[in-house]
Amino acid sequence: MKIIEKFSGVFLIAGLFLLLGAMLSLGIVPAMMVDRVHPQQGLPLEVPEDQRIHYASAKEYQAALLLGRDIYVAEGCWHCHSQYVRPVANENLQYGPVSTPGEYQTALHRPQLLGTRRVGPDLSREAGKKSDDWHYAHLYDPRFTVPDSVMPGYPWLFERNADGQILPGPKAKALVAYLQNLGRGMETDVGDLPPRE
Amino acid sequence: MEVAQAPSPSPTDNQPVDHALVTAYFVAFLGYLIVTLLAGLSYSLQFLQKYPFPGVELLSPGRVRMVHTMSVAYGMLASGLFGIVSYIVPKLTGFPVLSRKLAWWLYGIYNAAVLATVAMILGGHAQGLEWAETPKILDPFIALTVVGIVVNNITPIWRARAEPYYVSLWYILAALIWTPLVYVFGNFLPEYVFGGTAGAAISSMYIHDLVGLFVTPLGIASVYYLLPVAMRVPLYSHALSIIGFWGLAFFYPLNSAHHYLYSPIPMWAQYASIVASIGVHVVVYTVVFNIFATLASDWKQLVTNFPVRWIFMGTLAYLITCIQCAVQVTLAAQEIIHFTDWVVGHAHFVLFGTFTFWITAWVYWLLPRIWGTPIYSLSLGRWHFWLATLGICIMQIDLLAAGVMQGYLWKSLAPFIDSVRASMPFWWTRTFSGILILVGESCFILNIYLTWQASRERRAAAANLQPSGATS
Repeated sequence: MKIIEKFSGVFLIAGLFLLLGAMLSLGIVPAMMVDRVHPQQGLPLEVPEDQRIHYASAKEYQAALLLGRDIYVAEGCWHCHSQYVRPVANENLQYGPVSTPGEYQTALHRPQLLGTRRVGPDLSREAGKKSDDWHYAHLYDPRFTVPDSVMPGYPWLFERNADGQILPGPKAKALVAYLQNLGRGMETDVGDLPPRE
Repeated sequence: MEVAQAPSPSPTDNQPVDHALVTAYFVAFLGYLIVTLLAGLSYSLQFLQKYPFPGVELLSPGRVRMVHTMSVAYGMLASGLFGIVSYIVPKLTGFPVLSRKLAWWLYGIYNAAVLATVAMILGGHAQGLEWAETPKILDPFIALTVVGIVVNNITPIWRARAEPYYVSLWYILAALIWTPLVYVFGNFLPEYVFGGTAGAAISSMYIHDLVGLFVTPLGIASVYYLLPVAMRVPLYSHALSIIGFWGLAFFYPLNSAHHYLYSPIPMWAQYASIVASIGVHVVVYTVVFNIFATLASDWKQLVTNFPVRWIFMGTLAYLITCIQCAVQVTLAAQEIIHFTDWVVGHAHFVLFGTFTFWITAWVYWLLPRIWGTPIYSLSLGRWHFWLATLGICIMQIDLLAAGVMQGYLWKSLAPFIDSVRASMPFWWTRTFSGILILVGESCFILNIYLTWQASRERRAAAANLQPSGATS
């Protein structure tokens, strides 16, 4: 029996050595390289101007961002909306500046939500593209703003007040705060675009 | 006293195998299969704006999608493959697992964890990692259960080490070591150690390894075992299977970043993963050639031997998806097809068309043997085969075409909603193909249920006449 047919050969070489080698070389090493060049950062330390009417302190704003992110994960938003702009296929014209490694090294991208499918558009440059009110209407029933949308509605994020009006609940507010933070500060440079809907 | 058997896959001598456990795993496979299909079908209706439960929080399409994928990987495929492992390992080594009682406990705990995963995802507690949405709190349970299954099944392989192994055992042995390492690596590192882009490098590796180092080797092991045994012919080439196995062990773990091409992950890692993904062809062609050459010794069995046609179709799908893989992994193709339905079509064709078909061959072959009765209805089985085959082929062609169209529409800078409108006919076709598959698989479950019924009646009749003999 040759070593490659033995228990020890299969166990040590195929089972451990080749797998751990791959994990190290294409998993841990690139991960550590990115971490070294772009150290991990925490949450935003200031409330942006347009959010100050909702959040008085940075602490509240941070809590809202994290809750919004949790909802984004729990509802599976990230399975239909990616969060990175590629340097090809005119994506910089469609969405905004191409993604860079450093912008994901924050507590809001742990774990990252890059996504692998776009049933809906990319959201990594979403901040400021739409108003908060547009987002609320869209989240309650996407057909209100985009008649042909296939996105599901999320009415359970909303509440009804005594007069029967539908108002965004804490979860809807948090989710919109999160969406309005995606790519904040990178809204520029979209350039000469054909008009988007 | 027990003696280590030479690796001759003989259909007799059932002593070391716990047939009840294998049956239980296969029943779980069938159960998760239905969950998977119903979840997938409901989710596809959302794309047609015809979702059956609109506005219901616990059945929101986004959550149901995760139930679909979790049920595929951790429910359906894992149950089927663990069942096959619990059969092949004792059979080829001649030794039982470390502890049969432990094996049953692991079966129970594993299924409880998977069902809890489904419940918690529907309740809104998913983890934000693709193919690892198992809630954080359940990850350690699944990891420990997998370690238990590994220890239980490696013991007989270790005890039989004096004799040369049959090829299936190399694949199983390697997969048993890879699976827990891959699971811990992919579920814990990106959550607790590396965030952001760094975590993406780890996650992308996990997405690939779950299929490449858990499902693929166990799937290939199952075919290498079942094909010669079901056909009663020898395997075509031992040397080819060595190349195939070591090619898999070398290339598959390096495929990582090809799920996030053009992403912020360091570009050298992406290039390396592309090269390795193309290298996978060495593996695929040797395996496929070995299987087809074995089949070629008696092609007629494709018609006459029911489980063999499932192996054939699964192998054909394996070949097609892997040829696709080398095309779609290039950066030129990625520019267009990434993020589109192409990838969805590819995933369905390999996980359903290949691995589910291979497991189906096992279920059709083994359960009637364990129950000591022939398949209840071959004609129902043929309906199952052709509906499932037609369904997955339509789905594949449809989604590939949809993907190319979506990719070019996006590149053309048309408003995003245009690609949604243009996808409608494709999405209707996809749902239609899904219904074909669901009807086909219902025939499967009905057939297996009726086979079980028939075996019970037969046993009851036999018990009245004489004490029942061994079933084989």
